[in-house]
Amino acid sequence: MTSDPAEPAPAEPAPSTPAPASGPAPDSARWGTRFLYHLWSANAFTVTALAIVLALLIGAVLIVVSDAEVRATYGYLFARPGDALTASWERISDAYATLFRGAVVDPGAIGRALDGTGSWAAVFGPSSETLTAAAPLVFTGLAFALAFRGGLFNIGVQGQTILGAIGAGLAGFLLPLPVLLHLVLALLAGGLAGAAWAFGPGILKARTGAHEVITTIMLNSVAAIFIGWVIIQSWALDQSRQGAISHPVDQSARLPRLFGWLDPGLRVHLGILVALAAVAGVAWLLNRSSVGFELRAVGLNPQAARVAGMSVTGTYVLVMVIAGGLAGLGGATVVLGTAYALTTLVAGSVGFDGILVGLLGRAKPWGVFAAALLFGALQAGGRAMQTGSGISLELVQVIQALIVIFVAAPALVKATFGLRAIRIGRISGVAARGW
Amino acid sequence: MLANDHIDLTVEPGEIHALLGENGAGKSTLMNVLYGLVQPDQGEIVIDGRRVECHAPQDAIEAGIGMVHQHFMLVPVFTVTENVMLGAEQTHGGPVAALDRRRARERVVEVSREYGLAMDPDAIVEDLPVGVQQRIEIVKVLTREVDLLILDEPTAVLTPQEIDDLLAVMRALQAAGKSIVFITHKLREVKAIADRITVIRGGRVVATTGPETSEDELAAMMVGRSVSLAVDKQPAQLGEPVLEVAGLAVDDERGHRAVDRVDLTVHAGEVLGIAGVQGNGQTELVEAIMGLRPVVAGTVSLRGRSLAGRRTKQILHSRVGYVPEDRSVDGLVKEFTVAENLVLNMYDTEPFGTRFMLHRDAITKSAADRVARFDVRTSSPQAPAATLSGGNQQKVIVARELTRPLTLFVAAQPTRGLDVGSIEFIHRQIIHERDVGTAVLLVSSELEEVLALADRVAVMYRGRIHAVVPPDTPREEVGLLMAGGSTSGEPA
Repeated sequence: MTSDPAEPAPAEPAPSTPAPASGPAPDSARWGTRFLYHLWSANAFTVTALAIVLALLIGAVLIVVSDAEVRATYGYLFARPGDALTASWERISDAYATLFRGAVVDPGAIGRALDGTGSWAAVFGPSSETLTAAAPLVFTGLAFALAFRGGLFNIGVQGQTILGAIGAGLAGFLLPLPVLLHLVLALLAGGLAGAAWAFGPGILKARTGAHEVITTIMLNSVAAIFIGWVIIQSWALDQSRQGAISHPVDQSARLPRLFGWLDPGLRVHLGILVALAAVAGVAWLLNRSSVGFELRAVGLNPQAARVAGMSVTGTYVLVMVIAGGLAGLGGATVVLGTAYALTTLVAGSVGFDGILVGLLGRAKPWGVFAAALLFGALQAGGRAMQTGSGISLELVQVIQALIVIFVAAPALVKATFGLRAIRIGRISGVAARGW
Repeated sequence: MLANDHIDLTVEPGEIHALLGENGAGKSTLMNVLYGLVQPDQGEIVIDGRRVECHAPQDAIEAGIGMVHQHFMLVPVFTVTENVMLGAEQTHGGPVAALDRRRARERVVEVSREYGLAMDPDAIVEDLPVGVQQRIEIVKVLTREVDLLILDEPTAVLTPQEIDDLLAVMRALQAAGKSIVFITHKLREVKAIADRITVIRGGRVVATTGPETSEDELAAMMVGRSVSLAVDKQPAQLGEPVLEVAGLAVDDERGHRAVDRVDLTVHAGEVLGIAGVQGNGQTELVEAIMGLRPVVAGTVSLRGRSLAGRRTKQILHSRVGYVPEDRSVDGLVKEFTVAENLVLNMYDTEPFGTRFMLHRDAITKSAADRVARFDVRTSSPQAPAATLSGGNQQKVIVARELTRPLTLFVAAQPTRGLDVGSIEFIHRQIIHERDVGTAVLLVSSELEEVLALADRVAVMYRGRIHAVVPPDTPREEVGLLMAGGSTSGEPA
């Protein structure tokens, strides 16, 4: 039951471990063979791609199981096996095709746009939604990844995101400021609020050794309740609307839509470009800056870092503050980019998803960016699947979680697909370290 | 990788057979094959004319082979008896199967008396000195009724006196008809006790010879070329005092006084060697000097300026070079490349970088230079340090410290676990550094190393400088001092 359209063709048989002897890649082999050889060794890219395939396959099983009609055809499987197989195939292919159309592009829409019956906006709509959903995930993914590289397991991304949302939201509707300045200050307020929230666990870790996993988990709960308290304050609550919702963010503080001139329905906003800049910034910080050198050294071997004269405790605080700031920007992106007001659940699970994105991106900035795009696509496509095929949005969350589980347990993927082991334990290192 | 290549080794009954080779020569692999921890690809093990297959240590023990590991496999909070019975627990039987401690205790007493291995069966292991802990390991093996004992680098952690005791125990075992395989890289001990010596290099047997072979010949067989074990050096040209330590007191992690009122002076152009059995405060002394451990009392000053309150970074930047004693934990970030490790403590200083950014070109270029100069064997300066052998990792650390201008060079256990070739190289570098006028503080638990390199030898015992003697003091005398004795002979 291979079904999904975007499957990166694992059809080629594993180049049955090169014929002569068992050595590294044969030198004389043609380029193509060598490419396949490396593709089939358990490198990060292959494992990730296959983890996605595996997750989609399990998702397909869930689709079949959770659909009453299809399930019914299995009642007479032995009488008419064709029915069950056809029904399953149709259900799965329809679901994943809808997912694809909702996340990337609808081929039909291109046709309609070309012959004039449809709009170009409909063509770009899905990718716009994907980018919109990806933008905050880039920030929260970076927030987790950066801390991870510094040797800290930042489970508090969610709380820091919520604080960022609060900071940006309050700055967005409380400060009467001119256009550009207002947006910049609102983003800044979000980042600072997130950073301040993360400073606590950082300083506690540095001064008392309190484990950041414990403190940040607790602060997540505090943040979730704190936002509710903020919203019902008289200076925040929007009396004119039903329920606990704050005043709307001023127009001047909203992240402008990038293609609003083409169609107001294209929601993709400036946030994705800010996110891109953040990825480049974090990549520079990690690889080119002195602070990044310290951060990586502390993350990999704090003892050696200390002996080399680095301040391990100072680095912990700094890492948490920067990570919190990034998470805060993620929250700000949600409020200033799509939500435009504070509600208790405004941050959704952007922070928690960021942890998955950070892990899937192997704690590398550009890896995080790619993972955020994937998760954004799954979410955008998942919404389409829910409306178009009637499949619960929760399925997407299951698939997201499964991908990360498979990435975190590469042995499983390797065993399933018979990949050759490679020496460096980097992949398993990502999720199996730091505690 | 092929670690053992067609090795033939025969051990006669009642023989002490030394297995000599550098680190990575394949000694440990060979013994792990014998002990059932590693399965051979081909070849066989024959005991008393009977072919045996060892798939697990249990098989080996049943076949009469016992092993004492280099790192003791003891539970520190258990008593001697409990440790000995561990793994072969006897019970009173019945459904409850309560442990029969009394019988085990009797067995310990019996075995330790039989071979002259004195020990208190009820003592808690962590309270006992290392030498006694090793005896427990030996007794543990002996209670399993083995005929062949494998001792893996047994003398690495012992004082000279304890080594003598161990050699006596080995002779007693030999007299009782046991065979012993004695793995080591220390030539002196091999010559002192072995009946036959097998030298292994690169996974192959180079030669099997008798103890009449000279140390130089044995070293040449181990390394594959002739090496000079003696360090060639001129008398020291003493300069100004560089490092002055006065009344220094330092605590260890558990709050015990590890360094107690230590006074030291190291002059420019001399090597002050600190001899002592590991765990007598050397580690804490060095860490206090480097600002890595709080000073409880006393002063440390560098060229007359107090280092009190200075952070490690400031000390390193005051032209102090530091080789920490544990290279894999303290000295290197193993996942970092060789190039990154070469700037691990100077990454934010010109020419390698500024406070804000790294100059990656300068780092790469300097790495290529230093890798060549210090003969670091690596596939590339961009290879992770973890891919290098221990000797080459240590060369990276030494290269990092000795390629910047220094006034003080602190080297703790600079050659621990290295092969003869690397040791020779690092010794030359240390003497060279002394000759250009750097003050060198050398800490080593290898007495030979201290005696060969130092211009003055300070013996450290229980946190204090027990004596300062010239390097031509007979090693027996220094050994006695290391065990807390005094040169006039009476035990402390």
